[in-house]
Amino acid sequence: MNIERIGEKQVAITGIGQSEVGRPSALSAMQLTVDAALEAIEDAGLKKSDIDGVACWPGDNNNGSAFSPVGPNALISTLGLNVNWFGGGYEGPGPLAGVINGAMAIAAGLCDHVLVFRTITEATQRQTDKTATALSNKTVGRDTSFFWQWYTPYNVQSAINLAALYAQRHSYEYGTRSEQLGQIALTCRANAALNPKAVFREPLSMEDYLSSRLISTPLRLFDCDVHCDASTAIVLSRKDIAKDCRNPPITLEAIGSALNQPWSWEQIDLTGMAAIDAASMMWARTDLGPADVGSAQLYDGFSIFTMIWLEALGLCGRGESGEFVEGGSRIALNGQLPINTNGGQLSGGRTHGLGYVHEACAQLWGRAGARQSHAHDVAIAASGGGPLAGSLLLVKNR
Amino acid sequence: MSRKLPALTADTCHFWQGGAEGQLLIHFCPDCQRYFHPPSPVCPSCCSNRVGPKAVSGHGQIVSYTINYQQWNPTLDIPYVVAIVELDEQPGLRLLSNIVNCPTEQVSIGLQVRVCFERYEDIWLPLFEVQT
Repeated sequence: MNIERIGEKQVAITGIGQSEVGRPSALSAMQLTVDAALEAIEDAGLKKSDIDGVACWPGDNNNGSAFSPVGPNALISTLGLNVNWFGGGYEGPGPLAGVINGAMAIAAGLCDHVLVFRTITEATQRQTDKTATALSNKTVGRDTSFFWQWYTPYNVQSAINLAALYAQRHSYEYGTRSEQLGQIALTCRANAALNPKAVFREPLSMEDYLSSRLISTPLRLFDCDVHCDASTAIVLSRKDIAKDCRNPPITLEAIGSALNQPWSWEQIDLTGMAAIDAASMMWARTDLGPADVGSAQLYDGFSIFTMIWLEALGLCGRGESGEFVEGGSRIALNGQLPINTNGGQLSGGRTHGLGYVHEACAQLWGRAGARQSHAHDVAIAASGGGPLAGSLLLVKNR
Repeated sequence: MSRKLPALTADTCHFWQGGAEGQLLIHFCPDCQRYFHPPSPVCPSCCSNRVGPKAVSGHGQIVSYTINYQQWNPTLDIPYVVAIVELDEQPGLRLLSNIVNCPTEQVSIGLQVRVCFERYEDIWLPLFEVQT
């Protein structure tokens, strides 16, 4: 592949920001978003007038639901930005689609500095309606959605029912045990204890995990991420001007956004998901390899997704994630491959996608405080489960 | 048990209503000589539009399953089993359904199952039970 044609290498992350992470927060969704956005712009050493693009996944879908209450158009208006390009929308390679779209806008020459953000207020929503996120409530009347219509008649009410099918199959094929799934939850909780913003910080033992109630076998309560109210933002910049920004630029060394399987939860590789497509594309666009990776922020909407991402990205062998994480020493902050260092979504909070990029940058810049791992220059952020998958290989420039 | 019902379209009605005649109807491409699911107006392999519903045996095996214990809403009878079934007609020909009429602890990967139907309004929902 002609390296000069790999556009993401011309794009760098120059700033990060995040609002408070509440369960719930008393702040409005827009206030959370403004807090994250202005912090990211300031962190990059830029002014709001430097921002000429805004990207978001999934955007407000013209209904402002708690899953994504603020979209790019609303934020542009609120901050009084003047932009050349902006975009949102659910369709795309998972929660990192905003970053990927923003990078493409820069690579195409539409923008110099793109603000990417993700806001979510599911904690507030669930104060009044615990069933608000049920899949059968996505549509009014009969189910017309392209893929949920095949699941909701069978009372698949949450993605956990689908994730559980992957976990059960993983266990059948590779002998993966509950204690191994549980280690993802324990590692996240241990990291969350060192993150002042994390939702759950009290210690979690394997006994606690194994005695937590079953939601959808083999998955338990602590295999599920925790709803929160939060907004996360990053600034993407043209790499040739990023050197003038405040932080050492973090290059998008490679993007993984491929989908080589159906847009479906059950017609795809049940133990590889779309993660195998994204990961193989990402590694085809770089000379780096899994052995170069210093930390990995891997989607943990449910613990099994993290296990599958570890394998898909080649950070361990296919089918070997159970053994890889067992006991937790390899994936701990002081291990060979620290993962989900801010507590992930399992304990840190379901910031949903962009939180992983924020944390990857904090680690690369050495700004993670008590949860800082060893110094390193290469990190992965990967997000999505089932047919949703996107990954980023991030390299800090010295 | 309460269920959300699917919309009927020209593409999907055969799958949801074949049970009226006791048939599980799966879309088939005569050009590829292959079944595919979910149904759609063209074959996902060759884009042929000569596709259409064809009755299958209704026999298959469980590829994966989960026992749901969460009371997502008050009208659900828990626990219930969600499963991916691979039909005997073709390797990889899968659909998602419920396993019914057996104790949940009897369900396992590899178990042979056969289709049965439960009527809701104008839908004959394909479900699966253990082959005896």
